[in-house]
Amino acid sequence: MLVNFSGFVHLSRDGAVFPDPHGVRGECAGARDSRVLYSRVFGPNESESELNQTQERIPEESRLLQKERVAVVARQVRSAVSLSRDASGRQLVEVVPGEEALALQEADSGVVRLRMGQPFPGEMSALWLSVLNVGFTLVCEPHDNLLLAEGTLRTLARLCVEHLHMLGQGSEILLKSNRVDFLLSRLLPHGQLLFLNHRFAQSLEKETPRAPHTCSTVEAS
Amino acid sequence: MFSHGSESLIKQARDIQEPELQKFYSRLTKLLQGKDLGLEAVDSLQRLHLILSATKFTRKLPPELHTRLFALTSSPSEQLQILSSAVLRETLPLCDQEVNYTQITPSLLNTHASGLLLSQASSTTTLSPFCAQLVRSLENRHSEAPSHSQTHTLPILNSVLTHSPECLTEEHVSVLSKKLVDWLRYASITQVTSPGGFFSGSRSRQPGPIAELDGTVSGDFFTVLCVGLSFTDDQWMNVYSFSMLRNWLLTYYSVSNCNTTGDTAARLQCSLSLSHSHSPSNDDRSVDGSVISMVSATSSSSRLLPPKERLREKSFQYCQRVIEQSDRKAQKRADAELQKACLVEAVCILDALCLEDCSLVYRVFPCVKALYGRLSSDLSYARVLLPIAQFYLNHGEMAAVDCEAMWQLVFSRFPAELFNDSLLAHEFLRFIRQNIQNLPLKVPQYTRFFPNLLKLLAWDSPTLVDDYVDLLPSMVTTGTAVELLHTLLDLPCLSATLVLQQRSVLLPITEPSARGLQALDAFRNPNFRGLFLFLLRGEAGSGDTIDRLSVLHELLAESADWPRVVQCAQTVPVLLHIFFNTIIKVADEKLLAQLILVQLERSSLLLNVPNYMNEIHRVFSYHLLKLCKLHPSLVVDQSHDLLEFAGTTSNVYNKEELYTHVVWVLGEYLSLSCDSRCSVRHITSCFEALEAVLFEITSSAPPPGGVCPNPRVVTTLMSALAKLASRSHDLIPRVSLFLSKLRTSSRGGSVSWCSDEDDLVAIVTRGEELWSLLKTPGVAQSVLTPPAHVTKPQWHRDTNVAAPLQLRTLTRLTQPQ
Repeated sequence: MLVNFSGFVHLSRDGAVFPDPHGVRGECAGARDSRVLYSRVFGPNESESELNQTQERIPEESRLLQKERVAVVARQVRSAVSLSRDASGRQLVEVVPGEEALALQEADSGVVRLRMGQPFPGEMSALWLSVLNVGFTLVCEPHDNLLLAEGTLRTLARLCVEHLHMLGQGSEILLKSNRVDFLLSRLLPHGQLLFLNHRFAQSLEKETPRAPHTCSTVEAS
Repeated sequence: MFSHGSESLIKQARDIQEPELQKFYSRLTKLLQGKDLGLEAVDSLQRLHLILSATKFTRKLPPELHTRLFALTSSPSEQLQILSSAVLRETLPLCDQEVNYTQITPSLLNTHASGLLLSQASSTTTLSPFCAQLVRSLENRHSEAPSHSQTHTLPILNSVLTHSPECLTEEHVSVLSKKLVDWLRYASITQVTSPGGFFSGSRSRQPGPIAELDGTVSGDFFTVLCVGLSFTDDQWMNVYSFSMLRNWLLTYYSVSNCNTTGDTAARLQCSLSLSHSHSPSNDDRSVDGSVISMVSATSSSSRLLPPKERLREKSFQYCQRVIEQSDRKAQKRADAELQKACLVEAVCILDALCLEDCSLVYRVFPCVKALYGRLSSDLSYARVLLPIAQFYLNHGEMAAVDCEAMWQLVFSRFPAELFNDSLLAHEFLRFIRQNIQNLPLKVPQYTRFFPNLLKLLAWDSPTLVDDYVDLLPSMVTTGTAVELLHTLLDLPCLSATLVLQQRSVLLPITEPSARGLQALDAFRNPNFRGLFLFLLRGEAGSGDTIDRLSVLHELLAESADWPRVVQCAQTVPVLLHIFFNTIIKVADEKLLAQLILVQLERSSLLLNVPNYMNEIHRVFSYHLLKLCKLHPSLVVDQSHDLLEFAGTTSNVYNKEELYTHVVWVLGEYLSLSCDSRCSVRHITSCFEALEAVLFEITSSAPPPGGVCPNPRVVTTLMSALAKLASRSHDLIPRVSLFLSKLRTSSRGGSVSWCSDEDDLVAIVTRGEELWSLLKTPGVAQSVLTPPAHVTKPQWHRDTNVAAPLQLRTLTRLTQPQ
């Protein structure tokens, strides 16, 4: 069992409803407003079957390909989330600090089928969870256990929201992505979904450091 | 604002200038030379990671910095391990520093560094030795290195195998199979008593047996559903082993299939037909049925089995235990969810085991059957029941089990009651897609369930339309075609009805609906109950459609702007195209004629969703043309209904697309050359009907508030009349008279029925061309109704009838010098 990548897609805050005038599967008008905040692909950059076809591909290209794939998934999920919100007629509400747990409870979730070659070489399922303006996505292989993946994604989302204040005003996730790496190394080691009962999960969480709430900017010099 | 802040951060990271970046690199290199790396180093590494990851172009690090970062991946601080490997993942490995995978000792690598190595491994040639090292380290793990650094080896190995299964050798398979048996079946059954758990920091020291999820003391071997205060190393390995077991079984099966050609054919046949066993002894067993195989289940000699068989045996026992444990009432909600996930996994593993070794079916089936009996009445277990259904589909025949109740549950109750569960819908449709080849054979009633199956689509069209693009052809049969077409056209109504159904459950009847939804009142009104019940029917066969469709559409009128209904309406044209493309291959002319009638009839009987009608008319027009081109005699067959449609003036205005095509089809194919039954009477009555409409629309202004007829409709009507006249020369004077009148009346430059001057000029020109052509009836006939040999592909090779020649004749005729 292997989860191909776990990404976090940022959805724009004011984007409750983006009507899609050009049919159901096209890119949403609002899709450009989303931003991938974090993404992680497990395993080798390219699978063997791909390497055979493109022996000549230089490493820069395969990195680019990977980034583009993540972007494609992000756009598809973005469309799915806004269409699903649209259909259910639910409105986005601003979260009051301290009510993150409620937002997590009411999070919308769903799954998008990624056809073979769109964008991965094999068919995949992109499981998504949308907590207010932030989307969490887990891309699964066809034989992955989606029930387990769903539970894992919820746990990951909860820990990210708690540890990185993702629903708040800061932009910690960009700079403190190592915290997500840490969580992933425990809950989804090398992309492996784990059957963890609450005791196992607790013993993992106990050692996860909590972050103080800070704001940062990039200053390279 | 959150988004604003992150936007500016990303922008800063992307726009950073080269000199500034170089300064940053050298400062960081210097910083990393120090012994004690504090907050400043962490902060700088975080910034570096953002700078590298924010752009899709690869930035290269100075070699010295790169080397220092690589060294940092084995730093004692986990935070630095994570940061340095994250940074290095975003760049490329140094050329002269190609990692020598044969010299790596995985036990000395931490999880983050191994992840980095794996992500940058470029081919199988580098991965194979890495894989071998990983297997070796697992084999020797008791003798070497601190054990807690080992747990990540299993998932890493699994990751390698998923990407490059060819790294695995037969030897690895037996080593790993042996180890997995140990971890799965023989993990300690006491809670941790000494330090050395997977993670340091567990303070509990009390010894004691592990517990079940409901709190009782566990009486059997350890599984993922056992709890304790903290866990020993081998208990963690048990969790990892079960988590990767299914993938492992699937992978090594494919590897053994490639490597050992000896029994490949037998195994393959076994997995395909599920009716043969691959060894004589198994054959004996299958003859005598489950009694003997149950006896063999109790044999305690499994230690003597070869590793793969032994792993199968132990996996079976593990799954049995997990299934039994899932019946316990979990104290935590999260654990109840985990129980369901474990059930799914266990059933899937059992399925994989049986596919591999058919003789296991007799032993496994009672267990799965009992589970089905336990869960089938509780729809909250629907997602567990799906893998069980897969198991029944794969092995039901062999075990001679009656699966009827299972299919009733899956195809009847799931879509009807759980249509709004998006994840179930996804898995359910994937189940059908994966079995699309043998599902109609093993479950003959499958196609009858299409009204039910379409409920999933009606509820969540944008997400599921992709699945139905694949599945719809399997539902199209000559028996279902007409009803399916009606059902597809009413899909937006079904969508609206599902919304109403849900709302009527949520809003109690006593409470007057605050927003005054008339549709909801109608839904609850017993007078209209039958209409809605027809839409919500689960199976086909109760009639193609209903009489009072227009009433239903009126009742649902307000739903036309509900987002769910609009989304659904947008998918219908796509599905109609698939429907027609499929049916055209299987249907006989009688059925096709019936479909044409449905098209004509339903062209005005549609839910009034904005633009929906136009889209449907476009699809109808396209396929009407295709159908008639393929079977021209359909036009003569259905001339009565086609004429009735074409003779109705209002259709010119509100169905112009379809109307134009119907007129064209009549003009083109109502001819003796298409069907010998076509008589002069046919042609004359058609001519008269079209003539009347053309006269009506060109002699008066459009109805008040209406728009002028589309010039394309007018020219198509004129051409159709000219074509018909060329086949029955008595009619020529009538056309000529009309065309000359048209010219006279438009001489003034404006008429009431055409507002655009250019359009009018085009119409008149067309009229003049046809008029001139009809002056020489012989030529007119060969041009307007070309004989069959002219339309055949090879006609251009014949110089006597070549296109240039015909065109030149035409030009000379229509443009007199």
